[in-house]
Amino acid sequence: MRPLVEILQTPGGERALRLHGELALDDASRLRRDLAAALADGPVAVLDLEGVDRMEGAAASVLADALCASGAPPRVEGAAADVASIVDLYWRDCSPEAQAPRRRSGFLSEVGEALLETVGTLRNMLAFIGQLFGALLAGLRRPASIEWGAVGRQVERHGADGLPIVCVIGSLMGLITAFQAAIQLRKFGADAFVADLVSLSLTRELAPLMTAIVVAGRSGAAIAAEIGTMKVSEEVDALRTLGICPHRFLVFPRIFALLLVLPLLTLAGDLVGIVSGALVATSTLEIGMRNFLISTQEALVPADILGGLLKASVFGVFIAGIACERGLAARGGAEGVGRSTTSAVVSMLFWLVLLDALFAVFFNVWGIY
Amino acid sequence: MALIESRDLTIGYTKPLMEHLDFQVERGDVFLVLGGSGTGKSTMLRTMIGLQPPLGGSIELEGVGDPAELDGKRPRFGVSFQAGALFGSMTIAQNVALPLEQWTDLDDSTIQGIVAGKLRLVGLEPAANRLPSELSGGMLKRAGIARALALENDLLFLDEPSAGLDPVTASELDDLLLTLNQALGLTLVVVTHELESIYRIGTRCILLDRDTRGIIAEGDPRVLRDESADPRVRAFFHRESVAKEVTA
Repeated sequence: MRPLVEILQTPGGERALRLHGELALDDASRLRRDLAAALADGPVAVLDLEGVDRMEGAAASVLADALCASGAPPRVEGAAADVASIVDLYWRDCSPEAQAPRRRSGFLSEVGEALLETVGTLRNMLAFIGQLFGALLAGLRRPASIEWGAVGRQVERHGADGLPIVCVIGSLMGLITAFQAAIQLRKFGADAFVADLVSLSLTRELAPLMTAIVVAGRSGAAIAAEIGTMKVSEEVDALRTLGICPHRFLVFPRIFALLLVLPLLTLAGDLVGIVSGALVATSTLEIGMRNFLISTQEALVPADILGGLLKASVFGVFIAGIACERGLAARGGAEGVGRSTTSAVVSMLFWLVLLDALFAVFFNVWGIY
Repeated sequence: MALIESRDLTIGYTKPLMEHLDFQVERGDVFLVLGGSGTGKSTMLRTMIGLQPPLGGSIELEGVGDPAELDGKRPRFGVSFQAGALFGSMTIAQNVALPLEQWTDLDDSTIQGIVAGKLRLVGLEPAANRLPSELSGGMLKRAGIARALALENDLLFLDEPSAGLDPVTASELDDLLLTLNQALGLTLVVVTHELESIYRIGTRCILLDRDTRGIIAEGDPRVLRDESADPRVRAFFHRESVAKEVTA
């Protein structure tokens, strides 16, 4: 195949680059390789385009890129009018600034940037907590300034609408726990304790934690995305210019809603899970429904249920707080909202597990469980 | 006393975009903040309305304090954002009613009457019960202006009010702004780079320049267009490109 490019000497002794044929989009890769080989020995003073019948933009881009990178652009000779105009068009920004490659960051600078970002996130979270308390104090002085009407809407959205999925998850938790307990306890002839295990594990741990995880994935992500979208579309700025505090208008209704909703959903999860466990126990073990319920009643004390509900309330506050904080920190359009939402869900899951572990330690130390 | 007075103002985020800006906005002006893309016009607006703290200097509204005291205080001015920034879960009427519900003790029927009047003023009364997602770009901007007018403030900031609109809609919006200024006596501070709007509505302007990080021209835009000898000012007002020399 005839090369697209060749190096010649002009009668004046200058180094010249001559191109041939029709240079189309499909020839761009070949042209780039041929130019790299031809210019490896140094820049050229003349670009001879007499043999070029037609040149498409892609070929002109590749040509401009190679020649600009090799030094001062050469003098163009012999080009037909249409070829000259397209070369001229693509060489407009043939300057060192335009050609400078984007600096790739090294490992250390990436670590440094990640560290700075983490410090910035922590600083923003602390600032958010401070602003939240400031707004809460101001709200307590003037309760009408809090958007109480929105609390009901948020309760409906995150509570009533989320009830079916919480019940499904709760019943599956009860079913799984009862099956696992039945298999293990049967080995020791301790079938009668299935009710104790199901009811205690559900009320103390599984129902609050699983409900919180479901709410974090369903409602927390929705809150972060909603507030993030409001932030990038200047709606939060608009609120501030109307003299309305975003914390009192957007954040408090969501925090109050999840503070109320999480314990109620957890209670629903407790009930559905225990009923589901009872159905499994009565169908696979020789325990009657009445005996199961009596055992459950004897095993549970109010502290088991109330402790779970207290945990759920705290989980609710954290889910709403983290979702709102991440949403308000969103910037940079749709991609920024996506990043904030992902970050919110990851943070929520981490905090839920950490808080659950802290509750387990404190309840044990205080002798509640 | 000037309505807005900027002294040695430096604006930006971490690094300054514009430095040592001194200007005044007089009551009744249609004051334009002009400049090419990326010069910092929107940052200037955000600083003027208190959303972005200045990096240096000061900006005062009616000689009192700092307009940055936003949250929890009745606003002293209205702001119309570029894309309206209306709350998506509320109807247009609810959006306009929001500041009235927050800052007045008016009963619901009075608020509804005021909202209907504001929407009539901007030509949006038939769309009162529609959601923002059901409106066109021009209607969103007009709804944003109606909300900004709700509290009867006599100072209105507008961020690129006619950007992205077709010529007829942009012209209608300019008519509305002229009405607000001439019939209602509102002072308007407008960030824009739409030349037709600039000549039609502007009474005074400042032209920002990215290279010098400052104001390169100040005055009546029509006078600057016709009389300025500064090539950068002429380039802006006569839509001339400052083309780089072709090296080929």
